[in-house]
Amino acid sequence: MKLITAIIKPFKLDDVREALSDIGVQGITVTEVKGFGRQKGHTELYRGAEYVVDFLPKVKIEVAVDDGIVDQVIESVRNAANTGKIGDGKMFVTPVEQVIRIRTGESGVEAL
Amino acid sequence: MENQIFELQYAIDTFYFLVCGALVMWMAAGFAMLEAGLVRAKNTTEILTKNVALFAISCIMYLVCGYAIMYDGGIFLAGIQGGDSLVADAIAASKENGFGGDSVYADASDFFFQVVFVATAMSIVSGAVAERMKLWAFLMFAVVMTGFIYPMEGAWTWNGADVFGMFNLGELGFSDFAGSGIVHMAGASAALAGVLLLGARKGKYGANGQVNAIPGANLPMATLGTFILWMGWFGFNGGSVLKLGDVANANSVAMVFLNTNAAAAGGAVAAMIVARLLFGKTDLTMVLNGALAGLVAITAEPSTPTALQATLFGGIGGVLVVFSILALDKMKIDDPVGAISVHGTCGLLGLLLVPITNSDVSFSGQLIGAATIFTWVFGASFIVWYAIKAVMGIRVSEEDEYEGMDLVDCGMEAYPEFTIK
Repeated sequence: MKLITAIIKPFKLDDVREALSDIGVQGITVTEVKGFGRQKGHTELYRGAEYVVDFLPKVKIEVAVDDGIVDQVIESVRNAANTGKIGDGKMFVTPVEQVIRIRTGESGVEAL
Repeated sequence: MENQIFELQYAIDTFYFLVCGALVMWMAAGFAMLEAGLVRAKNTTEILTKNVALFAISCIMYLVCGYAIMYDGGIFLAGIQGGDSLVADAIAASKENGFGGDSVYADASDFFFQVVFVATAMSIVSGAVAERMKLWAFLMFAVVMTGFIYPMEGAWTWNGADVFGMFNLGELGFSDFAGSGIVHMAGASAALAGVLLLGARKGKYGANGQVNAIPGANLPMATLGTFILWMGWFGFNGGSVLKLGDVANANSVAMVFLNTNAAAAGGAVAAMIVARLLFGKTDLTMVLNGALAGLVAITAEPSTPTALQATLFGGIGGVLVVFSILALDKMKIDDPVGAISVHGTCGLLGLLLVPITNSDVSFSGQLIGAATIFTWVFGASFIVWYAIKAVMGIRVSEEDEYEGMDLVDCGMEAYPEFTIK
């Protein structure tokens, strides 16, 4: 099992959620986050004076899936969240040791 | 029958004066909202406190001695109710002036209309010194400004008194219809003196000369404030015709309303275009300042320009105010709400535009008048601010400034349930 953490542009959240539903992903966790990457935030003007917005708002999606569909998930998130412009975000894939469903106590792939 | 018509005219003119005074009073709400919107959230309660307190102080000080100094009225308004011969005196004055002549109205309505102008001048100061001045130092200044400094220059201008017995501005061809100079530039001059002694907000100007933005907390509130001021200005300029009760004056009032509105529109549009061209984005705060700049620019003479001229005059104000704000920042004169540019720079502009449409007014008279008002108000204010600074200090400590004036001065936050980044 793998945990896929995707940082995406907030306005792409609905597209990504739909794309994941389409390939049969059962659940995701969404967090509003802020940060910067190579873009290093951006500057705005207020009454002629510049100020830097250091941390841009992003959305973090976490999806735990079976090893078999990891590539498919990565592909659909990439397709849905891609605008071709700087700031589209990143994905991180990490191994998951164990998954437990709290209600029933099921574990492993059964609990996904 | 003739007497009854004069009484009716007296009643109408008094009523008109009072309603206009109430509109100008409401400008205090406009200033409060504008300033509260353009400061940071941590300084909101304090700027609101300043606005309410300065209005109340202005009303009391003008009643105690300001009106006496400016218009030779009695100290504590002695005799303003009128004696037993009130009706006979009013009718006699009306007959002497004639139906279409100078207006005759209740003395108390005159005080009411004048007192709200004092408060307007003082409101201008609070925005410029916002976010770093001690509350009680500011209130002490308000006492002197509204009780003495403003009434002195008001006496030289609207009451026609000689300037320290040396020269008479009216005889030199000076005219300021509703107070571009007497009210607005005067308020800005006092503010400038305060800002120079106070210094900029911490973090506003960087070590390498860069200007940092300190965005205002609540732009809906700043916009509401601007609209309230725009509305109140109809009383400010419209009431300054002083009379409604005959065709010629009613027409003049209508023209003043029209021109006041047109100038505000011209100022807003001009500032919006300039901001878009200079910054690449349409800075709302500049549009708001532009509308007010247009209003200030037309205030010195809203009755003689045509509607087109009024729009253009307002537009010049709107362009000028943006450049004035940028120039003051270059000089490290920190004015969080743009009050010195809106009321000072554009107040001067308003005075200088008068001779274009009013041939009774001379350009040199306007320059001398502007110089007189500025020298007096700036000089006297500088001395008063300096004295307060020496005695109790005018600036809060660096730590208090970081914490915010709300908790330090008032002990309460404006938005206690919001998380502020």
